[in-house]
Amino acid sequence: MIRYSLKRLLSLIVSLAVASLVIFFVIEVAPGDPASFMLGINAQPDTVAALRAELGLDQSKFARYIEWVSGIIRGDFGTSYTYRTPVAEMIADRLWVSLPLALYALTLSTLIAFPAGIYAAARRGKGGDMAVMGATQLGVAVPNFWFAMMLVLIFAINLRWFNAGGFVGWDSGLWTGLHSLTLPAISLALPQAAILARVMRSALLDILGEDFMRTARAKGLSKRQALWRHGVRNALIPVLTIIGLQFSFLLAGAIIIEQVFYLPGLGRLVFQAISARDLIVVESVVMLLVFSVIMVNFLVDLAYAAVDPRLRSRT
Amino acid sequence: MSFKSLVLAASSALALAAGAASAKDSIIVAMQLEPPHLDPTSAAAGAIDSVLYSNVFEGLTRFMGDGAVVPGLAASWEISDDGLTYTFSLHSGVTFHDGTTMDAEDVKFSLDRARAEDSTNAQKALFAGIIDVSVVNPQTVKVTLSEPNGNFLFNMAWGDAVIVAPESIDDIKTNPIGTGAFKFANWVQGDKIELARNDSYWGTPAVLSSANFKFISDPTAAFAAMMAEDIDAFISFPAPENIPQFEADPRFQVLVGSTEGETILSTNNMQPPFDDVRVRKAVAHAINRQAIVDGAMFGYGTPIGSHFAPHNPAYVDLTANSAYDPEKAKSLLAEAGMAEGFSTTLHLPPPSYARRGGEIIAAQLAEVGIKAEIINVEWAQWLETVFRGKDFGLTIVSHTEPMDIGIYARPEYYFQYDNKGFQELMTGLNATTDPGKRIEMMQEAQKIIADDYVNGYLFQLAQLSVAKAGVQGLWTNAPTQATDLTSVSWAE
Amino acid sequence: MTRNLIIGATLSSLVLLAALVSFVWTPFDHAAMNIPAKLQTPNLIHWLGTDHFGRDIFSMIMVGARTSIAVALVAVGIGISIGVPLGLTAAARNGGWLDELIMRGNDLVFAFPSLVIAILITAIFGAGAINAIIAIGIFNIPVFARISRGAALSLWQREFIMAARVAGKGTARISAEHILPNIANLLIVQGTIQFSLGILAEAGLSYVGLGAQPPTPSWGRMLADAQTMVSFAPHLALIPGSAIIVTVLGLNLMGDGLRDYLDPKLRVART
Repeated sequence: MIRYSLKRLLSLIVSLAVASLVIFFVIEVAPGDPASFMLGINAQPDTVAALRAELGLDQSKFARYIEWVSGIIRGDFGTSYTYRTPVAEMIADRLWVSLPLALYALTLSTLIAFPAGIYAAARRGKGGDMAVMGATQLGVAVPNFWFAMMLVLIFAINLRWFNAGGFVGWDSGLWTGLHSLTLPAISLALPQAAILARVMRSALLDILGEDFMRTARAKGLSKRQALWRHGVRNALIPVLTIIGLQFSFLLAGAIIIEQVFYLPGLGRLVFQAISARDLIVVESVVMLLVFSVIMVNFLVDLAYAAVDPRLRSRT
Repeated sequence: MSFKSLVLAASSALALAAGAASAKDSIIVAMQLEPPHLDPTSAAAGAIDSVLYSNVFEGLTRFMGDGAVVPGLAASWEISDDGLTYTFSLHSGVTFHDGTTMDAEDVKFSLDRARAEDSTNAQKALFAGIIDVSVVNPQTVKVTLSEPNGNFLFNMAWGDAVIVAPESIDDIKTNPIGTGAFKFANWVQGDKIELARNDSYWGTPAVLSSANFKFISDPTAAFAAMMAEDIDAFISFPAPENIPQFEADPRFQVLVGSTEGETILSTNNMQPPFDDVRVRKAVAHAINRQAIVDGAMFGYGTPIGSHFAPHNPAYVDLTANSAYDPEKAKSLLAEAGMAEGFSTTLHLPPPSYARRGGEIIAAQLAEVGIKAEIINVEWAQWLETVFRGKDFGLTIVSHTEPMDIGIYARPEYYFQYDNKGFQELMTGLNATTDPGKRIEMMQEAQKIIADDYVNGYLFQLAQLSVAKAGVQGLWTNAPTQATDLTSVSWAE
Repeated sequence: MTRNLIIGATLSSLVLLAALVSFVWTPFDHAAMNIPAKLQTPNLIHWLGTDHFGRDIFSMIMVGARTSIAVALVAVGIGISIGVPLGLTAAARNGGWLDELIMRGNDLVFAFPSLVIAILITAIFGAGAINAIIAIGIFNIPVFARISRGAALSLWQREFIMAARVAGKGTARISAEHILPNIANLLIVQGTIQFSLGILAEAGLSYVGLGAQPPTPSWGRMLADAQTMVSFAPHLALIPGSAIIVTVLGLNLMGDGLRDYLDPKLRVART
């Protein structure tokens, strides 16, 4: 297990190095210049040149890449071109919204999906299964931004149970904070829950057909006992994969939802930064997201190895 | 900003909200765009002025809600007979928010900084005519121009010409220190900016004790936030289609005013076939302005026939010059040897006037055989490709700077109109100070560009703001980008 | 469970039919504007009403089906045709450097936030259907690679593969002849999910203005155009929203039905 972990760690570092190169040079290709964007249409060329020099944009791309990467290793993400504040601080501020939102949505989706998936698998082919599957079919089919539009229309504008958007801040209490993230979290969680429930069910059904389940039944375990003792444990492999995927989606994929609910999250920061060509912010945020996903994958892989020793022994 | 300060900021915001319920001396104002930073003298972003102009920063002169230019930090001024020297007498007892005194040295510093070689002022041209700024005494400053400039006092009213202090200049982008009736309190980036009343203000103090600016870029979210009463007012409401709902709702009031934004179908005068005036004239006659105002702006906006604001005293209505007449457009195209029509590009920046208006114009041009390929672009791309690269056929943009007909005198300007007669007229206008003469010349200018069909003139952008019924004192019009809260209050 | 198949196939072919018919006939020209006749609710002339430019919504939905299906189909095609061979190769070379390279490369692509990259792609190359396909397609590759490798790995442990090995078949041949058919059902289920996600992703990209450009209709852009009008003209959002839901629902039901129909293991279990 230790050897396996070390090997994965090494490839993790290589992946991050490759990712930083790809991110920097792909993003730097984008047409548009932050200095002329900031100065607008009446700016004189010498003014733009003065601002470019002030921002350090007159250096070569390669020099800026080295500066950026060496900064990141030291924990310094550089300074935003437009906001002129450290990028690390901006990201940290936004993470206080995006991270709780992603976790909230993930918790909701898991809480819905696990019981629904297990229930449907246990009642395969019966009325309960069909009801759950019908609901998940609908859940998968609904676009989350459309769902969000409808939630706002019903619960914020008509019923006024929730604010139409915005985030109140955590100091006003955990409950108030969660309350203001509830509609966004539901919009994000519902399609995810539907997918997860489907994966859970089909994984369980696959396993129920396996030889070792028959053995378990033959040893005298009831169907329910077999499902819980062996089925759920083994079904965790595909389910963990999906949860890993969903976390990355929720962290960055909330862009549209953050827009609908005007949440000051990471996604909106990237959106604004792209349109202002604040490239250093875009690069750093994308790098951070890539880093977090690579880390999640790393952990999921380790979890795989822990859950299923067969995978470990083969490597 | 650290988490701790975030917490403090949010808790103070909450305290403000709680206070508002009883005394109603605070306001939450929303707008679409968040300022990139808080220095109005080194960026073009109108959002900076929308928050800070006249609230936090003041200039020698200032704009009023009706567009008039009145004394600001300068109590009065004298102009020499040759029109070259302006001697400003400053108000006494003016202090910056950090307690330091505002005097002639600060004025000299501000103007010199804006016109310096390494200046990053987005409107550096406003200061181009200044050759010297000298301090006569702490309350008097003398500005010398290289040639007479009829617009000088107007220029000094812009947000880019506000007076800043040398002591606070290093941190101005995050901690702006001005002389206004409100002082900057806090900025939660991505969310809101908080201002608090300046209790030692030199002029009439503000009624409100505090103000929060919120930034909601999505039009749907803007509608939802207003309807849910999360905010007290939305300045420049982005979705005209929702205005009737607010008008029908007794909880709200709607302010319909005008902006300085001439919305035009900008045409690349150097790119064939648009270098032929008959083609440009054909385009002008192919456009149905009323359909665009109705379809894109849901009826809000005044059709224009030249590059001039209808609320300006010198305005001439020239819309008949390019009346909707598709048959005439077709025959003009035939005359220009383009009977089969032609293909071109139509670059559309993000605002809905451009995106929606562009879809309609593309359909209208198709009727006379002109195939305009729609290319949706972000502003950064627009600046690079259209504005600097001049690589476009047509584009739609609203020119929001006040009194900007002078751009037609710049042949290198992106639509590349080069007319010596017009350029001489503009030089003459700048040197003229007699009001009657100036009006005559401005009318002449409007006619020249309308007759040359330089661009397709569409409509004057309306200023639509929505507020709760009790809010009073907001600007209806937008003579400049500003949200002047100094005389805003709540009705009892 | 053939009921799923029937309902799903019916819904899907309805959408497909609408897309195909739109090539030769629509009630109105989908791009023709008539501003005085804007925002009509469904009526006898305009069966699904008109939008804010007075365009016929029924015609736009028909042509929009074309855009959605084309973008999603090609994107899934990219994912399967590149992802599955990569996944099978990785499984066959389990533990080897090739496996490591493929899977790490896979993780890397996967690690990029798809929507952010899609926005960047459009910032660099411009908005449009082709770039939307590329953006969605790229992120389908690792999905199929990972899922096929995972499934293939456990198959390699099974007796019948051992038997094929003993019989002297090469890994490529085993992958093609024995592994692929056995993971086909899994790929159908995953393909279904990816196809529906493709439809949804196209709608999402168009919604933020990065999909097919006007005047080509797209359901996502119809929703974006409608969003500020939902409160007084809800049909503008309900109709394209329903079109997306019906399409995705139909495809998913069909996929599920197919899975049950094709999977001999499940059929045996049922009898």
